[in-house]
Amino acid sequence: MTSVRFLTHNKVRLALHELRASDAGRPLLLLHGLGESSFDHVPVWAHNWPGAVHALDFTGHGGSTVPLGGGYAAEILLADADVALAALGECTVVGRGLGAYVALLLAGARPSLVRGAVLCDGPGLAGGAVAPTSQSFFVLPAAQRAPDPYALFELSRDLRPPDYATTFVRLALEGSAMREPIAVAAIVRPPWLAAVVDQVGVTTATIDEALRAFASA
Amino acid sequence: MTDTAYPGAVTPDREHHIDAIGVRLAIHEWGDEQADPLFLVHGGFDFARTYDVFAPLLAAAGWRVIAWDQRGHGDSEHAALYSWDGDLRDAMIVMDHFTDRPAPVLGHSKGGAMMIQLADAQPFRFSHLINLDGIPYKRTIPDVAEHERTRMLVSDLTGWLDHRRATASASRKPGTIEELARRRARTNPRLPFEWLSYLVRVGGREDPDGWRWKLDPTMRFGGFGPWRPEWTITRLPGLPMPFLGILGEQLEEMSWGTLPEHVAPYLPVGGRCELIRGAGHFVHIEQPHRVAEMVIDFLRDGRSAA
Repeated sequence: MTSVRFLTHNKVRLALHELRASDAGRPLLLLHGLGESSFDHVPVWAHNWPGAVHALDFTGHGGSTVPLGGGYAAEILLADADVALAALGECTVVGRGLGAYVALLLAGARPSLVRGAVLCDGPGLAGGAVAPTSQSFFVLPAAQRAPDPYALFELSRDLRPPDYATTFVRLALEGSAMREPIAVAAIVRPPWLAAVVDQVGVTTATIDEALRAFASA
Repeated sequence: MTDTAYPGAVTPDREHHIDAIGVRLAIHEWGDEQADPLFLVHGGFDFARTYDVFAPLLAAAGWRVIAWDQRGHGDSEHAALYSWDGDLRDAMIVMDHFTDRPAPVLGHSKGGAMMIQLADAQPFRFSHLINLDGIPYKRTIPDVAEHERTRMLVSDLTGWLDHRRATASASRKPGTIEELARRRARTNPRLPFEWLSYLVRVGGREDPDGWRWKLDPTMRFGGFGPWRPEWTITRLPGLPMPFLGILGEQLEEMSWGTLPEHVAPYLPVGGRCELIRGAGHFVHIEQPHRVAEMVIDFLRDGRSAA
């Protein structure tokens, strides 16, 4: 039986789903990909996780508020995830696609609270270019439904320079008590993730392997 | 109508709102409604009425001067989300509201940098581009050891996230007009106290417990992200419209420290960049008549060339 509670991030109500309750062990926080919403059940690869399993709907997705006028950036989703972290306390984080990128940012920004981040394939993994482009700008019709078309548009082209991503690896490593706080399970490696994989403090593993290691860390 | 609260400051002739896909933007206009439009774009943490002295000088030269408060600033609505791209899209909506023809656009500081990007992406909107001290060209990295830089980044990150956790109940600190003016003087140190006090009256609101800036309290200085200053200046060389850059010589808190020699290698064909000696980042507030004259001459030359 899952339940949902709502957290407040500025003017946005964030839906935080409890997929499995447990008082034992550390919670697992799942971050979905671009255009997705949270799982409504514990995914099979998380069945053996010893603690509670939670899943967050990012702004403009799932049961969270769809704001008017767009203005999305990966850093805002980082702040979404950080609000969930404030509610849950120390967590292990698994991110799919865009959620993998956000999980990396969160691991670097709150290294003492993120006990392992697993970066997985999923929608929005690549993001935008690594440097400025000739992309133009467009006004989309107002459509207050999830997923927000502005989220799909803006978060599919946010710039992800590899050295920006690796800065968060460095921060995670320096602030974490773990030797390897980041695990890359993604098969596809866009430039930012290829750079991350090469860093000290990053391991490659399947989701199962990574969760087994983080559960006992 | 002349507002006597500050010499030369003129209340806009027309003020109204437009809807930018659900976000109400406040528009401020000076000059003849039938005249050709000239758009003014304000900088970060500013608002349209910081043009109260400068805009009327341009209007007196025959322009319909149109400025808007960016989302979360001045009299515009506080939005749920703020981003560079969101601000650019709002600018497009404002421009489309007034004209479907190329028009001159002037941007100060962040507004200037934004308009360089929009001019690069959508040149058909611009007949001329004027930039007031808004050409970032490199990051100002403090000369400190790597571990100290990391400590500063951690401090920025956690400070920003802690702020975001508290934004739902955040409100700006109240005070007297003098207190708010003094606070603003920290980031506008060269501007007269009387001007800053005037700004409180037009950019603040009086609540029962004192005056507050109208600016959305979720906004704060600093922050982080993948954006790099050099990404702005590298868009300059390809701009097809007449370009005039006006930089302040004196460095201050809000300046990028860009000088004409930094801009020169990137100037578009026929573009030029001038330095106002003795002025800081707010060139149009420190020397409104001189800067207005330069802008009017530039637009006149451009018109006769066309």
